[in-house]
Amino acid sequence: MSTSPVLPKLVGQRVKRREDPRLIQGRATFVDDVKIAGMLHIAFKRSDVAHGRIRSIDTSAAKAMDGVEAVLTGAQIADLLGPMPIATPFPSPAHRAVAVDTVRYVGEPVAVVVASDRYIARDAIDAITVEYETLPAVVDPELAMTGKPTVIHPEFPNNLAVPLVPSGTGVTLDGKVDDTAIDRAFKNADVIITQRMVNHRLVPNSIEARGVVAHYEPGKGSMTIWSSTQNPHILRTMIAAMTGLGQDQVRAIAPEVGGGFGSKINIYGEEYVAAAVSKHLGTAVKWIEDRSEAFLATTHGRDLIGYVELAAQRDGKVLGLKLRLIADVGAYNMLLTAAVPTLAMMMANATYDIPAIRTTLTEVFTNKTSTDAYRGAGRPEASYFIERAMDMLARELKMDPADVRRRNFIAPNQFPYQTQMGAVYDSGDYEKAMDVALRAADWKGLQAERDAAKAEGRLVGLGLSMYVEVCGIGPSSSLPTGGWEHAQVTIERDGRISATTGASPHGQGNETTFAQMLADEFGVPIEHITIHHGDTGIVKQGVGTFGSRSQAVGGTTLLMAGAKVKTKMARFAAEMLEASVADLVFENGTIAVKGAPTSAKKFADVAAFAYVPVPLPDGMEPGLSEEAFFEPTNNTYPFGCHISMLEIDRETGEPKLLKFVAVDDAGNLINPLIVEGQIHGGLAQGIGQAMIEEAVYDESGQLITGSLMDYALPRATDFPRFEVHSTVTPTPVNPLGAKGVGEAGTLGSTPCIVSAAVDALSEFGVTHIDMMLRPEKLWRIIHGARA
Amino acid sequence: MTAVSMTVNGKVRKAQVEPRLLLVHFLREQLNLTGTHVGCDTSQCGACTVLIDGRSVKSCTVFAVQADGSKITTIEGLAANGELHPMQECFWEEHGLQCGFCTPGMIMSAVNLLADNPQPTEDQIREGISGNFCRCTGYQHIVNAIQHAANRSRSAASSSKR
Repeated sequence: MSTSPVLPKLVGQRVKRREDPRLIQGRATFVDDVKIAGMLHIAFKRSDVAHGRIRSIDTSAAKAMDGVEAVLTGAQIADLLGPMPIATPFPSPAHRAVAVDTVRYVGEPVAVVVASDRYIARDAIDAITVEYETLPAVVDPELAMTGKPTVIHPEFPNNLAVPLVPSGTGVTLDGKVDDTAIDRAFKNADVIITQRMVNHRLVPNSIEARGVVAHYEPGKGSMTIWSSTQNPHILRTMIAAMTGLGQDQVRAIAPEVGGGFGSKINIYGEEYVAAAVSKHLGTAVKWIEDRSEAFLATTHGRDLIGYVELAAQRDGKVLGLKLRLIADVGAYNMLLTAAVPTLAMMMANATYDIPAIRTTLTEVFTNKTSTDAYRGAGRPEASYFIERAMDMLARELKMDPADVRRRNFIAPNQFPYQTQMGAVYDSGDYEKAMDVALRAADWKGLQAERDAAKAEGRLVGLGLSMYVEVCGIGPSSSLPTGGWEHAQVTIERDGRISATTGASPHGQGNETTFAQMLADEFGVPIEHITIHHGDTGIVKQGVGTFGSRSQAVGGTTLLMAGAKVKTKMARFAAEMLEASVADLVFENGTIAVKGAPTSAKKFADVAAFAYVPVPLPDGMEPGLSEEAFFEPTNNTYPFGCHISMLEIDRETGEPKLLKFVAVDDAGNLINPLIVEGQIHGGLAQGIGQAMIEEAVYDESGQLITGSLMDYALPRATDFPRFEVHSTVTPTPVNPLGAKGVGEAGTLGSTPCIVSAAVDALSEFGVTHIDMMLRPEKLWRIIHGARA
Repeated sequence: MTAVSMTVNGKVRKAQVEPRLLLVHFLREQLNLTGTHVGCDTSQCGACTVLIDGRSVKSCTVFAVQADGSKITTIEGLAANGELHPMQECFWEEHGLQCGFCTPGMIMSAVNLLADNPQPTEDQIREGISGNFCRCTGYQHIVNAIQHAANRSRSAASSSKR
């Protein structure tokens, strides 16, 4: 059984996306486009204090308004919904979807209005009066760790969500810690780099905020819920558990989803409230998040402090790394909150073979919005700490930043490589990626350019960084939701192909890449294939889209299901053609006996026989539909090297990015056009973090960057043209050899930019600058040194 | 309630609306033209961009009553006679979108940009779409798409001169 190359192979080609026609014509269905007869609109009254006890809530004026169907306080919602579950094994304070007596961050819901339209719902929210007894708030995690000035959850003394957890060399699974190796490394060092670094808080800001439509049908006793989510199957599981329905009675639909970047993994209180209110009132309800609401109510990213110590020899060889991490997780644990900083521990050594490593992690509650996954989720933080430290080491030793890295890389012949942190890197060639980047950027040429610019008095600097990340997330031991994916492939009666996947995309283009793979597998035009996703009523099982796992896990699963149905189809065709399966060839939508093209049967003909099998061949069941579950044995570890050139205006301190070169190795690529888009998007978010984005709270716990007027979301004018290149080191973990690429761009870019800024300002003796590169901060370095 | 009448994608639409009703909600909720999106509440994101009398406008900054008597084109009205508008084709060809939520507004702004300046430089393109946020693409493929559209119209113009 073979597939003839009559049709051009699509895998590896820059195939235009099949999703696009509906999107470019405004004919896609996002959650706010879903309308149901009789549907009511929900709005949330939210706390405007960061920490306080609710003294009273007066809803009488709201209830009296025309068009208002119901007003529910936290106590009333608590009758409908229990505390919200999380998906990590850490202890967690009780967290209600709507606060009952205490609020712990600005934006925490305190009451719910249900009204006939969204304008009336908002009017009613404004008519609710809440009185608070204000309590002291804490926004600085290092202050919060002292238990002062407040304890946010009484059962968590000193606000420690997760008290100090050690990891690395000499730490055993049962928690015993032996410091001999790490102490020796620091004792033997010629040079020790020590730096506190802040990987600051960000607001994810998918351009479509969140939204949900819940439709409980009392007659059927079942619920359909549309939500702008990255993982409808997890949503279904959680909604069922929280509303007391069975998983068979809940259908969750992720319609077109307008971006997520990790912030739509979490299952949120608003989703539970919508479901519960719909069930309570027996009618459909809709909630659509405003942007101002999203700033407060959707999880934030990063917010990790790292105390970094790097011990090295004079020749640049690193002997040891100490990394003390303090994570500000905000007011509550959400679905994956507690797990995200653990990924920063896991990837502490990044691309380097470091003999001794000690990391510790402390997670701290503060009166801020909760953090959770945001593009990269823990890995960009790890990459930032180690890469900045390597750069500081190079500067200290007056070595080229590339040479210091070259001295410490894990070598190609060391893979699979068991790290000190418990990861097993699948495959890699870090030096090659760096060399490709150095050549592509003309590193020596750039250095000459920088030196010439500096000689003219301009502040120009270069940055170089490596990264390695964890992608293709599985197996189940690494993911509480299960580390597999599910797919089903069906040859329909007319010969067309339907496929379902549990990987639920929100911009990744799976409808295209997955169809490319099936088109090649079956030897059919891509137009004969439809990929279904995002609907638990159609897609039987699934985990979801996060951790850059769609292609590596979801794609592999789909191919496995395809191979199963292809085998069965070949058996039916063999019966029809009175031939052996081994002699069949799949070609341009037909199956023929090799060397006898006139024998060719169309897919529709074979399907007609398979669905009306007279006579039914011995040992066969009718039909052509097969499913598969696939769980990888390991994560994948994509990597790369980024190089940047940046200039800082001496008079104003304003930084301008002049050049950015990225070399990324995501293993085998299914669609290089889509991969390029993913890299660009990741770079934009990483460069955005380094240069302009920052969530800023004041001491009272007010988010002062609470709208797009105050939070600097990057615009087209903020970037130069990115130059992207790739190396290809396939993974042995899945048969595609694909590693995953969604988050890559955020990893190398932040340290690369900051190192370039430090290089630009080297004449002022600066060795490290915390992100983001606010012009005022840079101006003070420039002008403070002069004074 | 106030009576309004406007031509939307070539059709005359009359309705009674609340004076405070935003144009974007009139288009989305009353006319069911849901291709125009709402991405913020402070007129920054540009997802709601439509053409009013040929000029790009953020439809969340305009009350429906202010658009009375005007001609409006939304993303749904851009394709003509079953043919995609060249800007739509170029966004498709150059992978100028990922999640697609900002795309309708981005395309309407790009159409306006080329109407004002048919042969913009890359900097002018970046400036021209700086009122529209995209969080997925890093803008490079969007810039490519607009350049591609400009090049196509130039070669179309030069071939028609021949």
